[in-house]
Order: sequence, then structure tokens, then C-alpha cells
Amino acid sequence: MDQIKIKTGVLIEIENGAVKETSLGVMTAAAGQDIYALILGRDASAVNAPSVNAPSVNAPSVKDKLAEYGAGTIVSISGAEDLSAYPDLQALALASAVKEYNFETLLGTASATGRDIFARLAAILDAPLVSDCVEINIEEKIVKKSHFSGKTMATLKANGSIFLCTIRPNSIEPVAAATAGQLVEFTADTQSTGLIKIVETKKATKGLLDLTEAPIVITGGRAIKAAENYGMLETCAQKLGAAVGASRAAVDAGFAPHSMQVGQTGKTVSPKLYIACGVSGAVQHYAGMKTSKVIVAINEDKDAPIFSKCDYGIVGDIFDVVPVLTEKL
Amino acid sequence: MKIFVCLKHVPDTAINIKVVGINGYEDSELKFIPNPYDEYAIEEAVSIVEKQGGEVVLVTVGKEAAQATIRGAMAMGADRAILVKTDSQFLDSSLTAKALKAAIESDGLPDMIFTGKGSVDTEGFQTQYRLAHALGMPIVNEVSVLTLEGEKILAQRETGSGEKQVIETQLPCMIGATKGLNEPRYPKFPAIMKAKKKQIKEIDLSELGIDTSKGQVAIEKLEAVPERSGAKMLEGSVDEQMTELVRILKEDEKVL
Ligand SMILES: Cc1cc2nc3c(=O)[nH]c(=O)nc-3n(C[C@H](O)[C@H](O)[C@H](O)COP(=O)(O)OP(=O)(O)OC[C@H]3O[C@@H](n4cnc5c(N)ncnc54)[C@H](O)[C@@H]3O)c2cc1C
Ligand SMILES: Nc1ncnc2c1ncn2[C@@H]1O[C@H](COP(=O)(O)O)[C@@H](O)[C@H]1O
Repeated sequence: MDQIKIKTGVLIEIENGAVKETSLGVMTAAAGQDIYALILGRDASAVNAPSVNAPSVNAPSVKDKLAEYGAGTIVSISGAEDLSAYPDLQALALASAVKEYNFETLLGTASATGRDIFARLAAILDAPLVSDCVEINIEEKIVKKSHFSGKTMATLKANGSIFLCTIRPNSIEPVAAATAGQLVEFTADTQSTGLIKIVETKKATKGLLDLTEAPIVITGGRAIKAAENYGMLETCAQKLGAAVGASRAAVDAGFAPHSMQVGQTGKTVSPKLYIACGVSGAVQHYAGMKTSKVIVAINEDKDAPIFSKCDYGIVGDIFDVVPVLTEKL
Repeated sequence: MKIFVCLKHVPDTAINIKVVGINGYEDSELKFIPNPYDEYAIEEAVSIVEKQGGEVVLVTVGKEAAQATIRGAMAMGADRAILVKTDSQFLDSSLTAKALKAAIESDGLPDMIFTGKGSVDTEGFQTQYRLAHALGMPIVNEVSVLTLEGEKILAQRETGSGEKQVIETQLPCMIGATKGLNEPRYPKFPAIMKAKKKQIKEIDLSELGIDTSKGQVAIEKLEAVPERSGAKMLEGSVDEQMTELVRILKEDEKVL
């Protein structure tokens, strides 16, 4: 018997002209459903274009990539005016697409942008939203997510006719599931409230990977001793395809900016691999990275608390160990 | 300026959570703290009022025990507080937002409302947006730099990959605070003594006319996540250890 497919919208994020890996994972979370890939505003111009910054000229277009990962329909959403500078308009445009297509489920990435737009949308639609889910059962509207900084796992059930959910990056591995992928255009009926506007976007000076979305994170604690020593971690990170993080002690000492802090008052990361270099393993740090799949710790003190909370431990000086690791990669 | 700060009372993050029954946790013996991101919110509100005059009102939806958390937070310089009392350990975000709205409206609308970027217990990341929508106020969340120029507000937020956005809005508005915005003050003894005399108005959730049976998300199960134990310690020279580590990460763990 054929299972009844649920109309599921997936908000796609595009970076440098290519579909983000995390968005493909979100489509996989909806595997088997009737998937509509939704592309908003400025991202929409990229739909048919070959990925601009992609390494090869033969790189598949955004549309082909989305079809390859299961999008039966690809909806390019534009507004009556340019959406890109107005976060509230983006949410309104998405709300109008939800009504147009009667989605029962709407999924996105729990990235800074995804979290913001989904919370705006949940408020507009007065619909249930669960942020940062690691598992989802679309038929039952049941999800799993961390509560209390990863100390417990909660199972939540949503009521209502539409269910919104953002998926934690790296929690669901993208799996291809090719479909024909039909492209449609949708113009949302939106009018700016004029209440909020993005007036400036400051690009990062270095081509850094996003901490919360990176598949691998390498962090330097107080042991890094100076801001310039992060260079050693950056070199390693480049080979790993990793983002670089910091402990609060390193941030407070001025070695790294706030934006790099991992932990209770910093960012929560959940990569496949987390490498802690010269981090003692305080609970507040652990709170921000404990849901990582594999944790490796390098510390010169064999009794450091981090060794009781990691998967693989290396007793040694980070300045001896990290360069050798980089060389072996 | 009249500024509200939404303050959530949450279990201390350094403490273990003991699950009781199928979807609850032991909270009577537990140490509670102000939600860490809400402390940035309080600090910002208090420092604005110190410069421009006005008052800072804390508003909390929580159990009676939240009194202690509010009292502690008032020592940071808030003038008074409202506690909307509930019996629930996990109140649905849409209901919390409705309760916050009712409490704020009954007190008189503010020029600004500060919240944290998210709570560290339920990690909901949405209450502030629901409140903003209900009040018809613009909101910028995860703000790490804030500038007030009269009625005009410039709020900077990080959007990933080190990219930052500056968002312009105007009063009245809501701001969700995150680390970087300021350094929350550590209250000194006189401030703590003074806070003891400040008013905490209590309202029962049932008095606000909110249908609490209409939650959107129910918590079905809460399970403790087992701690990691028995790490594998690598041995040999640095060279041998790194060769082995790379092999493990590639072949056994398949994360490289
Ligand atoms: C309310 C609150 C919130 C907090 N939030 C956070 C947060 O978000 N993130 C966070 O990280 N912390 C947070 N903290 C701070 C936390 O408690 C710790 O103080 C902090 O994590 C320690 O950072 P660290 O491990 O880098 O430094 P340390 O604890 O000083 O540890 C340094 C480690 O490096 C090792 N070491 C030194 N030199 C070398 C070397 N050459 N090679 C190898 N190892 C070496 C040492 O043996 C030691 O274990 C918070 C604290 C509080 C109270
Ligand atoms: N019960 C509550 N009482 C007061 N403020 C709250 C409550 N729940 C959430 N908030 C505010 O909303 C923010 C986001 O919470 P959440 O949606 O739970 O992540 C918090 O940082 C608080 O400022």
C-alpha cells in the first residue's frame, strides 16, 4: 500500500551559489514525503545558475542538486519588493507560500538565519515550532531535541494543522534520492512594515567556516597562550575542513573574539568531530559541545577533567601534537 | 525609558538533571539561576536607564520558587518585577508569550523589551518572537552590539561564517541579547540589600484568561543522556599517536 505523502516545505540555504550541505541533510530528514524545496529572495536568483564559486564548471545547478536530493518541486519565492534586506518580509513571504501550497510540515536548518526566520514564521502563523531537532517523525509530528544543554533528550509532539521544525546541523547525513524536480515561481504578496531593515552586512575577513554548521570543529583553550597561535589551529582546520572555536578562558584573555566561543554562554556546536586543544573540560564548555559525535582531547595534564568526557585522549603539549596531526592529515 | 526584561528561571547549568516520571525532572532540591543570556538583557536595560532615566521591570513566568532568582537579578539594578505564577515545569512557548504579553500590557506598554537569545533549559528560541508579534513590535535577536540614537536603534547580529548584519529599527522594539553585548555586573552588597526591599508583584497564570489547555507542543518524554565514559587514551610517540588517531577517525569512526 502506498503511504500517504505529506506535503513538506524545506527552506533551502544557499551560500556562494551552492546549496548548503546542511540543507541537503534537512531534505533527507523529509525523505519519502512530498518535498517542496523553497528558495527565498536573493537566493532565488541562483536557482538556474551553475554554482558560481564551485570548483568545477560542470558543477550541477542548484535546481539539479535539489532534485538529486529529493525535491519534487522547487519553488523560487520572490516578493513584490526585494526581500533580502527585510527579515520580517522574508517570514511573511514564506507564510504566504505555506498558505499557497498548504504545507503540513515546514523544515529548515537550525542556523542563525534559519532559526530567526522560523521563529518569525511561527509567530505569524501561530503554529508550533521546535528548534534544533536531531530526529523527526513527520507523520506523527514527533521530534527529539536536546534539553538542558544536552544533559537530557526530550521527545516532543506538536498539535495543529502545520508543524514547523528546524534541524540541528550535522544531525542527519544527506542521502541522495533523485526526483525529476520541477521548477516553479511564486510571487508572495508582501508589503514591508518598514519596521526593520538590514542596513549593512559585514563579511568575515577570513573565509571562515560557520562554527555551528561545520562538520568538524577544532577548539583552542587558554593553553593557546596568544591570539597568533590560533594560526596553528587554522592550518589544521583548513586540512580538516573544520571551523575553529575557543573556550571562554581564551576569549576572556583576548586571544579570540566572542563569536568563536563554544559553551553555555557561547555557541552550541554538534559536529561529527570535535577536537579540544588545551581545554580543561569545564561543565560550561562541555554544555556547548557534548552532543558532538566524536570528541578528541589533547591536554598536557593526564588528570584534566576533559579526559573523562571524551572518546579519544592524547596527553601532550598542543604545540607538539597539533603540527604532527596537521602533517598526517 | 520604560524597559521590560523577560527573565527565565532555569536550573543551574553546572548541575545534573534527574529525570522523574516520564517527562519531568526533580526541581525541589535543584539550584536555579537566571537564564544566562537574560543576564546580558538585564545589564543592557539597566545601563540604558542609568544613562537616560526611566525604569527597568523584570517579568518572569514560572513557579513560585522563581522569586529567589528574581530577587537575585534585581540586585543588578532592576526597579521592580512581575512574576506570573504557574505550576508547570515546561510551559509551551506560545502560552508563555501570551502570559508575558498580558503581564506587560496590564502594567503599561514599554519603550523597549529585552530578552535573552534563547533559554538554556528548553532551548526553545522563539518566545521573544511570539511576544513581539503579539505586541506588534519589531524584534532583532542574537544581538551582540546595540546603539541607540534617539528613536533609532542599530542592532548588530552574527549570521554565521563570521558574517555580521546591522539591522536598523526604531522604538518601541524588542532586542534578544547574546554574549558580547556587555559584561553583566556582579552585584555588590549594598545593591543586594536594596533589592530585598524592591517590589515583586505576583499574578496567577489563571487570572490572565489564557486557555492553558491549548498548548502547541507537548513534552512526551524526557530521558537522561548517558555521560561519556572510558575514553581511549592513545599511547606511543607523538608521531605514532597521530598516525593511530587519523586511522581511527578515518576507518573506525568514519568522520574524516
Ligand atoms: C556562568 C558561566 C558561564 C560560562 N560559559 C562558558 C562558555 O560558554 N564556554 C567556556 O568555554 N567556558 C565557560 N565558562 C568558563 C568555564 O567554567 C571555564 O573557566 C573555561 O571553560 C576554562 O577554559 P579553558 O579550559 O580554556 O581554560 P583552563 O581551565 O585554564 O584549562 C586550560 C587547560 O589547558 C591545559 N594546558 C595548558 N597548557 C597546555 C599545553 N601547552 N598543551 C596542552 N595542554 C595545555 C591545562 O592542563 C588545562 O587543562 C563559564 C563559566 C561560568 C561561571
Ligand atoms: N518563562 C519565561 N519567563 C520570562 N521570560 C521568558 C520565559 N521563557 C522565555 N523567556 C524569554 O524568552 C527568551 C527565549 O526563550 P526560549 O524561547 O525558551 O528559548 C528567554 O531568553 C527569555 O528572555
